[in-house]
Order: sequence, then structure tokens, then C-alpha cells
Amino acid sequence: MTFRPPRLSRMPALRSTEVFGVAVVLGFLVVALIGPALAPYSPLAIDLAHEFELPSLRHWCGTTDNGVDILSVLLHGARLSGVVAIGTVGASLLIGAALGTFAGYRGGRVDHVVTGLCDLVQAFPSIVLNVSMLALTAEPGLFQLLLALIAHGWVLFARVARSNALVLRDAEFVLAARALGVSEWGVLSRHVLPNLAGPLVVQATAALGTAVLAESTLSFLGLGPGAAASWGALLDQGSAVLLRFPHVALIAGGTIALNVYAANRAGDFLRDYLDPRG
Amino acid sequence: MWPLARYLTARLLRALLTVFGVVTLVFLLVHAIPGDPVQAMLGDQSSAEDRLALRRALRLDQPLLDQYALFCGDILSGSLGHSFRNQMRSVASLIWEVAPDTLALALAAMLVALAVALPLGTLAAVRRGSRWDELASSLALLGIAIPNIWLGPLLVLLFGVWLRVLPMPGDDASWAALVLPALTLGAALSAILTRQTRAALLEVLTEPYIRAARGRGIGEFTLVVHHAMRNALLPVLTVAGAQLGALLSGAVVAEKIFERRGIGSLFLEAFFDRDIPVVQGCTLCVALFYVSVNLGVDLLYGVIDPRVRFS
Repeated sequence: MTFRPPRLSRMPALRSTEVFGVAVVLGFLVVALIGPALAPYSPLAIDLAHEFELPSLRHWCGTTDNGVDILSVLLHGARLSGVVAIGTVGASLLIGAALGTFAGYRGGRVDHVVTGLCDLVQAFPSIVLNVSMLALTAEPGLFQLLLALIAHGWVLFARVARSNALVLRDAEFVLAARALGVSEWGVLSRHVLPNLAGPLVVQATAALGTAVLAESTLSFLGLGPGAAASWGALLDQGSAVLLRFPHVALIAGGTIALNVYAANRAGDFLRDYLDPRG
Repeated sequence: MWPLARYLTARLLRALLTVFGVVTLVFLLVHAIPGDPVQAMLGDQSSAEDRLALRRALRLDQPLLDQYALFCGDILSGSLGHSFRNQMRSVASLIWEVAPDTLALALAAMLVALAVALPLGTLAAVRRGSRWDELASSLALLGIAIPNIWLGPLLVLLFGVWLRVLPMPGDDASWAALVLPALTLGAALSAILTRQTRAALLEVLTEPYIRAARGRGIGEFTLVVHHAMRNALLPVLTVAGAQLGALLSGAVVAEKIFERRGIGSLFLEAFFDRDIPVVQGCTLCVALFYVSVNLGVDLLYGVIDPRVRFS
């Protein structure tokens, strides 16, 4: 047994992988915003003379089917992934946090209903629920994709918000505020919600990665919004020509893996930073 | 005995309620989603007659409650209705035909995950802070970060194309063809379970009974494997059970990459055919399987661990 002195500084030691994760997540968001403007070619531009080329100065990441520039597909795909990630996580966070806080804070019957709903949705594996929802729409587009992802995504946030609200409800400082005559709404907005923000933000950061992965997986399976360039669809193309042109699948999959990894590390970083006790 | 009986009945009742919810949700999906499923199935160019016929075949022309009763009837009779594209076949028979393939894949993946996680997690916990611990945590991180849609092609490239030791997707159906899909599917789970094993074992190893056993001069190996593992294994197996559902979800991906038949590929095919009864049937089966596995784990837990019954 070695003796460890208690850590005195509030700021946790920075880990290089976590800094890397945060940097990649921020970079991803910037690319999602301006990526399409940076793309050297159109993700639809056909150049049959240069199909499946290895990376070169002309095409930094090489080309794929029909001579389409891979880098341009990646940059445009970042926009789709970004929109899906922000949209899914944002809406899931709002719905989940509202339901979860309400359930945990109120308790009783409301709590039973919300928890039951969470159990019910989680009885369906995410991909299965997503696919069966998309199967029933005439043309699965971006909106339907978002709807399907949110239908499963809110549960995580509801659970986190509920378990934290449950503890906060009976915390001493909340009881004190109530005893001082602060209104119910005041207690909720000034004392409970700010304390919920930390765990929810941590969860949301990691969920960005999950959403990117979900969009890629659905696109990989051929269920993505057809018109837009997507990392998952590129990986699917690459897998079809894996034997002769492995670079397509390697680059597309690497991009997806990098972003999922980064979001995980960024979530860990925020957890350390926002909750020094943990 | 009474607390056990009460625990078992309460858990069973809750599972029944969930099953009822699952059935209702699967039924309502058709109605809850914006857009017309009939148009989704037939496309824009379909004639009004065809649409009416399909509407009738899917019973969408009947009142909602009647539809629900018929839907429940199909489930209770065990047929799950009829495939729309393949009218001679009941949905249940289509699923039964391919279910063993998916089950074999899921079990193989679970085996892979446990075979990696138990020894590695144990080593990491016993030699905390050592090379083994670092290896375990970096492997766990990799397993979670590398998505199975990428891991699959990578493994094919490595073992099928460069090393040529394992068959390529779709080549044959021997046990060797199960190795790569099982690795693809089991990687993420082995990462999760490694972390779980390490954490559970670390916690158990601090307990007084372990110190007492060590004081009695029991060897380190026996101590870990016989005394500590027995208690540490419970949470690990609970997580493993809960993750079986995720394995079925991943099977959709693994079966596509490795061109295997199974519930996942049946499900995807049904999606592209817009064969709604089959989509519903697969969704229902997977969800019910998941609910019953969780129920089984919880019931077992209640029998093995007396503390659960009183909580």
C-alpha cells in the first residue's frame, strides 16, 4: 500500500489523450460548420479517368468510386455528421433532461411513468428501433433520421437527470432554500438545475460520439439520407472494394473511429474537470 | 423464503408489463410515424387499387382497436402474421429459419468477450498499475472507440487478404467463418466487460473477508479465483446479460459485413422491401428476447444473492 497525498488543486492534471480528444471534437465542429467550403472538389464530381486512386498531391486522401475525391466527401460528410450529432444530442438533452428532472424531483406516479417509459424504449436495441422507424417512412431523409435517433437518445439523459434530481431533491442546501421561503420554481431553477448541468454536459459530450457513430452505422447499412455525402456510406463503398482498394475503407473508417474516440476522451476530460470528487 | 417469492413475482409482473408495452409500441409504430406506410411500401407510381388491396392486407382499413386485437392474436397464435412479400410464409417461420445462425453468432461473440475480459480484467485488478493494467485499459478504450463497421473490414483485410488464414465473407459456412464475425461483434463487449471485471474485483479485494483469507495463509491464486471471483462475477454477468441485446443490434452490422444469414440480414432485407410485418416481427422478437434475458438475469440474481431480495 502506498500513501497518496490528497490532491489539493481543483484543476485535474491534463492528460494528453484528453486534450487531444477535446481538440478533435472542437475541430470536428468547426469542419462541420465550414468544411464544405474547404472541400477542393464537389463530393459528386465524377472523374472516371482517376477512379480509386491512392492519396496524392492532387487528391490528398485519394479517390473512390467514379473518381470522387475522398477528402471532399469527408469534409461534406462532416456537415451531415455534425448536423445529426448536434440535432440528436440537443433535442435528446432537452427532452430527456425535462422528463428526468420532473420525474426525479416530483417522484411518485410521475416517476413511475417516466421510468417505465425509459425501460420500454431500452427494451429495443438502438439500431433495431431506428431501422423499424425508418422502414415506415416513404423516403428516409434527414428529418426522419433525426426523429429515429432522438426516439432512442433521450432515455440516457432522462436517466442521468432523474438520478441526480432524486439526490438533489433532499439535499441540505435545497431543504435550506425551501425553508427560507424560496418558491418551488426558484428552487428548481436556481439550485437544482445548475447542479444537474455538469453531469448532463458530460453525458452530452460523449453522446456526440454515439450520434456520429449511429449516423455512420445507419448510412453504412444503406439507411442514411441518400443525397448527402456521408462517412458511413463512404465506408460501405470502401468495404465493397476492400480487396483491391483498401485505402477507401481505411480512411473512411479511421475518420469515424477518430471522432468517436475523441468524443469519449472529451467526455472523460469534462467529467474530471466538472466533478473533481469523481 | 417469502422475500424471495415476493421478489420473483414483483419482477415477473414488471416484465409482463414491459412485454405488454413492447407489443403495443411495435403495433403503434406503424401509426405513429408521419407518412403513409402503404405509400412507403408501394412507391408513388402505385395504382389506387393496389394501395387499397395492401391497406386491406395490412388491415389498415379496420378500426384501430380491431387491428390491435388481430395483432395480439397473431402473436398469441405464434405466427406473427404473414410476410407481405412472401405471402405463403408466416413471419415466425421466416425468423425461426435464420434464428439459429444469429444465436450462434451472438453466443460466439459473448464467448470471445468473456475469454478476453475475465483473464485480462483479473490481471489488471490484481496487478493494479502494472503493464497489464495499462494494456487492459488501452485495449478497453480501443475496443470501445473502434466501431464494428470499421473493425469488420479491418479484420477481413488482415486475416482474409493479407494473412490468408481465415475465409473471406460469404466463402463457406464452416466454424472458421464464424471467427471474424464473432471478433467483430465481441470486441466492444470485451472492452466493456474488461473494465467491469477490473472494477468489480478491485472492490471485492478490499473487503475484510479477503484480508481474513489472506491472513489464514491462502495462496494468492486460490484467493483471487475461488474467494474474490465468486463475488466479483455477479455484476460482470449482469452486465453481460444486459449487453446481449446490444449484441443482437450489432448482429445487423456483422451479418451485413460478413454476408451471413440471420435475423439481422432478414431485418435489413425486410427494410429494403418495406415488408412491414417482417420488420415488426423481427423488432418484436429482438425486444422480447432482450426483455427475457434481462428477466432471467434478474431472477437468477435474486436466487443467488440474498441481498437483492430485500432492496
